[in-house]
Amino acid sequence: MTSDKINKDTPWQELTEGGNIYSSGNAVEFKTGDWRSVKPIYLSEKCKQCGLCFPVCPDDAIPVNKEQKREDFNYDYCKGCGVCAKVCPFGAIEMKEEGV
Amino acid sequence: MSIRERLSGNEAAAIAMKQINPDVVAAFPITPSTEIPQYFSTFVSNGVVDTEFVAVESEHSAMSACVGAEAAGSRAMTATSANGLSYMWEMIYIASSMRLPIVMSLVNRAVSGPINIHNDHSDAMGVRDAGWVMLFSENNQEAYDNLVMAHRIAENEKVLLPLMVCQDGFITSHSIENIELIEDDKVKEFVGKYNPKHYLLNDKEKIAMGPLDLQPYLFEHKRQQAQAMANAKDVILEVSKDFEKMTGRKYGLFEEYKLEDAEIAIVCMNSTAGTTKYVVDELRNKGIKAGLLKIRVFRPFPAKEIAEALSGLKAIAVLDKSDSLNAVGGPLFTDVTSAMYVNKVIVPTVNYIYGIGGRDTKADDIEKVYMDLQKIAETGNVDNPYRYMGLRG
Repeated sequence: MTSDKINKDTPWQELTEGGNIYSSGNAVEFKTGDWRSVKPIYLSEKCKQCGLCFPVCPDDAIPVNKEQKREDFNYDYCKGCGVCAKVCPFGAIEMKEEGV
Repeated sequence: MSIRERLSGNEAAAIAMKQINPDVVAAFPITPSTEIPQYFSTFVSNGVVDTEFVAVESEHSAMSACVGAEAAGSRAMTATSANGLSYMWEMIYIASSMRLPIVMSLVNRAVSGPINIHNDHSDAMGVRDAGWVMLFSENNQEAYDNLVMAHRIAENEKVLLPLMVCQDGFITSHSIENIELIEDDKVKEFVGKYNPKHYLLNDKEKIAMGPLDLQPYLFEHKRQQAQAMANAKDVILEVSKDFEKMTGRKYGLFEEYKLEDAEIAIVCMNSTAGTTKYVVDELRNKGIKAGLLKIRVFRPFPAKEIAEALSGLKAIAVLDKSDSLNAVGGPLFTDVTSAMYVNKVIVPTVNYIYGIGGRDTKADDIEKVYMDLQKIAETGNVDNPYRYMGLRG
């Protein structure tokens, strides 16, 4: 069985040995944002598109479009570290507790 | 024609490694296995082997280097003892879970403390649940033969597990005995070229090894390791059969010495089996039906076969050269008795902890065990199953 077809329902007989992955460029398939305890909220009306937030994101959770403008957060990978909220000079990113 | 020689167990292991000519040997010296990498490094310096010898700074790095080398697609070997193995412990599990058929010579020595450099089996017993195939060797010949068979077993597609060949420190590793070596070309042909199916340095296949393996996957991967270990039993027998064709030397999962018609028997491993055979012969001369079951394959544990081999006896003693310190008995005892129970073989069985820290095991000590067994066979009373042999007090 090829490793890209393996998922949480795959029986043990069909997993690759040692969990080997026989393909590349697939880290994106592993959603790493699910253990976030605080969540950044993007307030677009306050955002001046100054461009300070996305370079400091330790992951790749602030998408930037072709017009060089940031979009809303990608919560699949955001771990809620809050660095972006800290650098924002305009208060356009608010940190809120998850699950409240 | 095979080559008649006289060698110590360490020399025998080093010569097997020379004939195997692995791609990588990474090792750190520790008594009593030091001579194996020492002799091997001279083979490297003299250009007799093509091996990349990695003189690491610790055993943790020795096993790490073997893991890296084997994952890259090469054949890797190492040797260690006691606290060296303890220091490898973390990487021992990485090697087996990554399904890397690394081969190790383990020259058994007591794990400190208090500090001791002599033989017992506490090092091997500490990794008995680590997912390594474990073969035990009575003498230099068996240590050599087991190493020659090792890669064929470990690298088999149905197995893909690391393998350790155990021999007793000093008793075997430093005693010079007669040995029959196989010719270089025959060993080379028998071991064969290593052709791993998946490996890191293969530019034809993308691969990531050792990924994060959380709740949805680790359980299934452990189940695969368990299956590989179960598969190893038949593979060991197949390889041993081929080995017998080449050398005439027959190996099974264990050796039965005068066991067929025996009434009382000892179960043990490594060099003690040699002493026990001598005692069995003496007792047979006196008309006592004594026998021996010497374990060769400790992992996978041949439970069903052992239970069957022991089923006709009247009393059994399992000798453990390490104590589990669990207030019940040694590791071999608990494995043997659970094998018997599960397979509905009920024979009075006792355990003797012996030879700890290199305490000499004499024929007289073993004879006393057989005398105890005679009494148990007569009465059927075990009284205390957790005993000691050669202990003061």
